[in-house]
Amino acid sequence: MTSLSPPKDRIWWNEPIERSELIWITIVFLWGLVMTFMMPFWHVVGNQNLSTETYRTTPERFMQKTQAFVDEYTVRNEGPRQYPVVKPPPGGDVYMVARLWDFWPIIELTKGETYRFHLSSLDWQHGFSLQPANINIQVLPKYEHVVSFTPNKSGEYSVICNEYCGIGHHLMIGKIIVVE
Amino acid sequence: MSQQFRICPDTGLKLYQPAETMIKVHAVAAVVCLLVGGIYGLLVGLTRWPAVHLLPADWFYLALTGHGLNVLIFWCIFFEIALLYFASSVLLGCRLAVPRFAWVGFALMVIGVLMNNYIVMSGEASVMMTSYAPMEAHPLFYLSLILFAVGALVGCFVFFGTLVIAKEEKTYEGSVPLVTFGAITAAIIAVFTIISGAIILIPTLLWSLGFLAEIDALMYRLIWWAFGHSSQQINVAAHITVWYAIASIVFGAKPMSEKVSRMAFFMYILFLQLASVHHLLVDPGVSSEFKMFNTSYAMYLAVMASMVHGLTVPGSIESAQRAKGFNSGLFEWLRRAPWGNPTFSGMFISLVGFGFLGGISGVTMGVEQINILVHNTLYVPGHFHATVVIGTTLAFMALTYWLVPVIFRRELIWKRLASWQPYLFGLGMAGVSVFLMGAGTLGVPRRHWDITFSTTGGIVHEFPAAANTLLALSGLSVLLAVLGGAIFCLIIVGSLLFGRKLGVDEKSSTFIIASPPSDADYEGIGKGGIAVPGTLVMAIVFFVAFAVYYFINWKYLAQTWGIS
Repeated sequence: MTSLSPPKDRIWWNEPIERSELIWITIVFLWGLVMTFMMPFWHVVGNQNLSTETYRTTPERFMQKTQAFVDEYTVRNEGPRQYPVVKPPPGGDVYMVARLWDFWPIIELTKGETYRFHLSSLDWQHGFSLQPANINIQVLPKYEHVVSFTPNKSGEYSVICNEYCGIGHHLMIGKIIVVE
Repeated sequence: MSQQFRICPDTGLKLYQPAETMIKVHAVAAVVCLLVGGIYGLLVGLTRWPAVHLLPADWFYLALTGHGLNVLIFWCIFFEIALLYFASSVLLGCRLAVPRFAWVGFALMVIGVLMNNYIVMSGEASVMMTSYAPMEAHPLFYLSLILFAVGALVGCFVFFGTLVIAKEEKTYEGSVPLVTFGAITAAIIAVFTIISGAIILIPTLLWSLGFLAEIDALMYRLIWWAFGHSSQQINVAAHITVWYAIASIVFGAKPMSEKVSRMAFFMYILFLQLASVHHLLVDPGVSSEFKMFNTSYAMYLAVMASMVHGLTVPGSIESAQRAKGFNSGLFEWLRRAPWGNPTFSGMFISLVGFGFLGGISGVTMGVEQINILVHNTLYVPGHFHATVVIGTTLAFMALTYWLVPVIFRRELIWKRLASWQPYLFGLGMAGVSVFLMGAGTLGVPRRHWDITFSTTGGIVHEFPAAANTLLALSGLSVLLAVLGGAIFCLIIVGSLLFGRKLGVDEKSSTFIIASPPSDADYEGIGKGGIAVPGTLVMAIVFFVAFAVYYFINWKYLAQTWGIS
């Protein structure tokens, strides 16, 4: 009687369980409970819980809102692409578009303040990967995702696309600057 | 007994000729897909290696698409259909239901593979395996996947039909063998998978042809992953089935208890599909409750099933070895295992790699919040190279070494080289897996041609220097793994073409199957009332590693920006 042949007892359900199996099943089950507990627990005590606030939008509407945001808060232009650097007030809304193939505009934040980021794509799916903070969020067209960020370190951060978006995927990069 | 049956001189199995033919053609098609996908994999690996950076961008994305489809989908599914026919017709000693349909299914799969490879190579479908809408591929891309899936579905129904025949004709007594039970699990998951695939790929095909105006990006992801993730669950169910089969083949091992192993398979059917939501943990529009329910309650019960198999498979080997007299100490049973037999070594490396590298990393990154750290980084391919390549592929390779004399009736050539192959491949792939995961934790994106940003016109990001080192080490590991994969293909194809033909009643000159220890041999094995102390110790080491790694990641998460 092996795993290649029918079980010895016609009704396999009645076979005894080996003691080491029982010990292991108990450990594994309790561990599953611990892991199940950890996710809601972190929602209560942790500071890293991704918001799921989402609105339906269109590329045109989202671009309009972003343009209005850029027009209101731009402080200077910067970088090889001379992109606007936008400095929103602490606690305010931030709009960033993902499109083939860049993130626009450049954002300047103040350390320790909280901002409401609005993320959406104007075309295909993209990945918002904030480095080196290592925060990775999927960006979809026609969905406006609102996420609050509180930077805890100053410096220059990159936003890298980490969802494959065609032949120029590796060109897609943006910047966020955090000042003291 | 009909003319079409023969008795295997080594195993005593009753083999039905049309079923053997179907097993052969599917296995050969599988190995061809592995070869093609492996070549693509080599090209991808050499491009990721910063110092080599072999391919231009368009070719890199093309090769990555072809790599994923050929190995992750075609190689695995072809082999799994062969496995279904083996677990039904061969193990139950019965006719294969409607061999003509089995041929139709096979033909559809072959047409799908050819069409897919053609359209990917033409450069009009460099959309990755996931082909996330609204990025659009040539319509033939979707059509080829639909044809392949329908072919596989036909194969599943031939399998179910064969089970009915065996029951009707009473070719076995009582319940089906555990290996057949595992194959049924895989086939049921496959039906769910293929239906999900049809629900998403048929509208996507119509959209690419202009009949539908739009495919919603989130809807696509939700349903596509019910297909994409579940297809990996077919792999898990199938390769664990192979582990059990090999434990019985090499050691004559019996399941520690039928009840536990079968319940663990059954839990896959109940819970695995829901777990596919872990691909959407950082998506907009999906509530936290939905994410948590699907990844905790549902996924952890499936994880529990895998951890149970992780104990019962080596446990069944340990008790069989102890019953044969290797009963002293904690690990004599393991030391005295046939490490030179690639069927065993491949299976055991598959088990350890799947658990320690693939399992722990997979569950950890499937936590709603921890996923923020690794989503779409190289950590993800690092993880699944441990599950699908070390886990599934190496297990299938291990079984193939055994199928060559038993089903193909050829002696294996280059046996010495074969005995090294699982170590080469396993070590190489473990390197790929670990180094990609390492680069991923440093933030390096997946599916990315150039992480030095040399073509962005001056907007760059500098990853920590360690990322370059890790990618170079990963490149070296790719070479090792590809060497192991090439040796496998060479030995199998070489054996089928040039291996000595075995006569109808001739026994193979290599070891084929162990005789099971008797019930009396199993009396009093182990230590202190525990039959498998060595396996239990290994399981507890695994558990400690798992728990430590899991909490380290929470600590790491707590250090990044506040996110709410």
